[in-house]
Amino acid sequence: MKTIVPLLAVMGLALIAYIGTSFLGLHMLFGIVMPYLAFGVFVGGFIFRILDWMKSPVPFRIPTTTGQSKSLEWIKQDQLESPSGFWSAFARVMLEVLFFRSLFRNTKAELGKGPTLVYSSSKWLWFGGLVFHWTMLVIFLRHYRFFLAPIPHVLQILERVDSFLQVTLPALYLTDLFFVLSLAFLLSRRWFDAQTKYISLASDFFPLFLLLAIALSGISMRHFTKIDVAYAKLLMQGLISFQPVVPGPISGIFYVHLFLVCVLAAYFPFSKLMHMGGIFLSPTRNLATNSREIRHVNPWNAPEKIRTYTEYEDEFREKMAKADLPLERKT
Amino acid sequence: MKDGLPGVEELKEDINLSSNLLKERVPEKGWTELPVTLDKGKWSYPAKQEVVEALNFPNPRKWNVEDEDWQLPENWEQIIFQGMHERLQRFRSFKLFMDVCVRCGACADKCHFFLGTGDPKNMPVLRAELLRSVYRGEFTLAGKLFKGLVGARKLTQEVLKEWFLYFHQCTECRRCSVYCPFGIDTAEITMLGRELLHLVGVGINWILKPASDCNRTGNHLGIEPHTMVQVIESLAEDIEDVTGITVEPTFNRKGAEILFITPSGDMFADPGVYTMMGYLLLFHHIGLDYTFSTYASEGGNFGLFTSHDMAKKLNGKMYHEAERLGVKWILGGECGHMWRVVHQYMETMNGPADFLEEPISPITGTPFRNAVSTKMVHIAEFTADLIHKQKLKLDPRRNDHIVSTFHDSCNIARGMGMLEEPRYVLRNVCNHFHEMPENTIREHTYCCGAGSGLNTDEFMETRMRGGFPRANAVQEVHERHDVNGLVAICAIDRATLPPLMNYWVPGVSVYGLHELVGNALVMEGEVERTEDLREDEMVDFEGDDD
Repeated sequence: MKTIVPLLAVMGLALIAYIGTSFLGLHMLFGIVMPYLAFGVFVGGFIFRILDWMKSPVPFRIPTTTGQSKSLEWIKQDQLESPSGFWSAFARVMLEVLFFRSLFRNTKAELGKGPTLVYSSSKWLWFGGLVFHWTMLVIFLRHYRFFLAPIPHVLQILERVDSFLQVTLPALYLTDLFFVLSLAFLLSRRWFDAQTKYISLASDFFPLFLLLAIALSGISMRHFTKIDVAYAKLLMQGLISFQPVVPGPISGIFYVHLFLVCVLAAYFPFSKLMHMGGIFLSPTRNLATNSREIRHVNPWNAPEKIRTYTEYEDEFREKMAKADLPLERKT
Repeated sequence: MKDGLPGVEELKEDINLSSNLLKERVPEKGWTELPVTLDKGKWSYPAKQEVVEALNFPNPRKWNVEDEDWQLPENWEQIIFQGMHERLQRFRSFKLFMDVCVRCGACADKCHFFLGTGDPKNMPVLRAELLRSVYRGEFTLAGKLFKGLVGARKLTQEVLKEWFLYFHQCTECRRCSVYCPFGIDTAEITMLGRELLHLVGVGINWILKPASDCNRTGNHLGIEPHTMVQVIESLAEDIEDVTGITVEPTFNRKGAEILFITPSGDMFADPGVYTMMGYLLLFHHIGLDYTFSTYASEGGNFGLFTSHDMAKKLNGKMYHEAERLGVKWILGGECGHMWRVVHQYMETMNGPADFLEEPISPITGTPFRNAVSTKMVHIAEFTADLIHKQKLKLDPRRNDHIVSTFHDSCNIARGMGMLEEPRYVLRNVCNHFHEMPENTIREHTYCCGAGSGLNTDEFMETRMRGGFPRANAVQEVHERHDVNGLVAICAIDRATLPPLMNYWVPGVSVYGLHELVGNALVMEGEVERTEDLREDEMVDFEGDDD
C-alpha cells in the first residue's frame, strides 16, 4: 500500500499527460495552463505556509546546545554549536542548510551480545541526502538554459563542468547520474532499512517516485528519445515572458516531464517538502543560546499567578516563628 | 527488587531477543495497527483526585490506567482539538515540528527508551507521529483528503491511551533533536502532548503531586519551613562530626548578598544530602554571604513536566523571593531540569529581573557576563571560577578512593551547553577521572532513564530499560578503568542513577560534583580527615605537605 499507491499515482499522472497531449491534443492545457497554475500554487502556497508558521510566535528561547556555551572567559566556546549571537546562529543554520550538519553526526546503534550497545559512524544518509539535494539544485539551475536566450556565461560554465567526462553524445551530465543514484539510495533505504521502512508513509514514497519519473523522462529526452529542443525552448520562453505559445510538435514525453514538474510544484506547499522553508525557522537551531544574557520576550506571556510569600507566611507563620525564622508580620 | 521488576539476567535476555527493530526485524503490523498494551511497568499511577483538585486542573476523578473507560469528559475530543488549536497558534515550534518531519529515520535509534524497549513507538519519529497523525487528520487539507496515505488518523480513546503511555515514556532529554536535520525537538512534542492530556484530566501522580506541593510549601517534597531548617541544621551537625567545622547557614535572611536555591532532593534524599554538605562546606570556606529560603526552597520545577503555565507559576517564586530579601543575585545548585527552566525560560516567564544586580563573584570579582540579564549563576560556573582564580584550598587526594566518570545531565548539556565547567571542577578535586565513550557524553549524553518526572517505583522496569544505554557506558569504564564513582550535577540523577547502577553495574556509587568538592576542601581549623562526607574511608595518603 505504502509504495504501490504512490507508484501507481505517478504512473497515472504520467499517462494522463501523455494521452492528453499525444492523443487528445490538449497541448494548451498541459503546455500553458498547467504550468501557470502549478507555478501560482507553488508560489502562493509556499508564501502562505511560511507566513502561517511565522504567525505563531516563538515564546521561548529553546536552542538545542550541541557544544560548549559562552561561559567564563577562559573556557572556549563553540560558536557554531552553541552560538551566542545572531551571526553565529545564522552560520549554524546555514551549516544545516548547506551541509546538513546534524545528519553528519549520525551514528548507528547496534546491540551486541551481553547485551552491549555498539555505535558506529553512519554517514550514508548524510552523504546520499547531500548528493541528492545538491545535484537537484544544479539540475534546476541548468534548466535556465531553456528559459533564457542567450544562455548566461555562468550557466555555460556550470554545464561544462557538469559534463566534463564527455562520455556520451550529448555529453552525460554527472549531476543526472548522481541524482538518479541518490534517489535510488533514498528509495532503497525506505525499502530495505528496517527502521526507515517501518516509519515510512505513502507520502514519503510519492515525492521520490515523482522525482525519479521526472529525472528519467528528462534523461530520456536528452539521450534516447531526442525531442525537438528548439520547440521546447520556444514554449518555455513564451511561458516565462508571459506570451505563451504552443509551438510546433514536441514529443509526448516532454509533456510528461513538464506535467510531473507541475505536479511536484503544486504538491510542494502541502507536503513534507516544505522542510525546505521550515529548516530556516526551527527554533532549536536558529536562536542564539544567550537567554541568560539577553531577555527573550514572549508576546503572550501567560498571566499565571504565583503563590506569594505573604500567602505562604500566612499559612506557616506559627511554625516559622517556632523555628526562629524571620517574619514579615508577627501575626 | 521492586514489584514486578524482572531480574537483570531476564531483562538482558529480553533485550537481546526482543529489540526487534535493532535486530532488523520489524513488527508485521504497521504501527497504527499495533494494539496499545498497558502492561504493568510501562506506566506510572494516575494523579489522585485531591492532587488534581489542588492544582485546579480539569476533570479530577478516581481512575485506573488498566480500566477500559478512563472517564474522559463527554466532549473530550473537542477539548483536545481546541487545545491543539491554541497551542499551534502559540508555539511556532509545535506547528513547525508537526509539519516538517521527512521521516528520514536519523532519530530512530537515538532514544534510550527505544534502545532499551525495542518498542517502535519509542522511536522519536513515531512518538511525534502519534500526535502528528491526529494533527493531520484535523488540521490539514492533505490529511482530510488523503487520510492514511499521508499518515492521518482519527482521535480515539485508544490514541489518547497511546499518548498517555508514550508521552510518559519520554524524558524530554532532547537527544534526538541533536541528530535531527531540522532540529525537531521531541521534548517540545512531549511537553505539549502532556499539556493536552492534562486538559482532559489525564496525568500522573508523581508529576502533579510534587507540582502541587511545591506550590504550597515551596518545594516538591512538601517540606514545611521549620522542617527544612531542622534538616539543614542536622546536615551541619554531620559536617561537624566529619570535619570538626561548624557551618552556620541562614534562612530567609534579608540583606544577604546571594540567595542560594537548590533542588529539595538535596535536603532529604541519599546521596543528594552529601552534595548539600559540599555546598555548605564550600560557602563556609569562602565566607560567602548567602541565605537559603524556605519559601523558594525548590530549584527543580515539576511544572516543566506538567505545562508551560505551571512551570511559570512555580518558577515565579525565585524572583519574588530574591526581590523580597533584597539580595544582589541568585546562585543555583546542581540540577538538570531546574537549569533548563532557569536558563531558557525563567526571565522570559517571570522577568525582567531589574531589581537584581549583574552577578559578580564576591570572592574573585569575576563578572558572570553570560548571566547579566537573568542574574542567576550556576554553581559549577561559580566554583570553576573559584578554582581557576585559586581561591580554594583543595586536596584532590582526599577523593583518591573514587575513580570517577562524569554523567552529563541532559538539560545541562543540551539545554544550556555547560560541558567544560563541571569537568574542570571534577579534574581539580579528583585525581582519577575517565570519560565514558564519546557517543554517550556531552551533547550525545544519555538520560538516566527516569527524568522529567518518571522516577516512580511502578515504572521501574521501563526505567531500567531506558537507563540501559547509560548503564552500558558506565559498565565499559567500570570494566576498563575500575570506575566506581558516577558523578552527576542533577538531583534527579542522584535519585535515579543509584537504582540503575545497582541493577546493571553493581559497585558504582553516584556522587554529586560538590560532594567531591566538599571532600577535597582543606578547611581552616578542621580535624584530621580520614572519612569522606558519607563517612566512607578515604585512601591513605601522606599528610598535608605544608
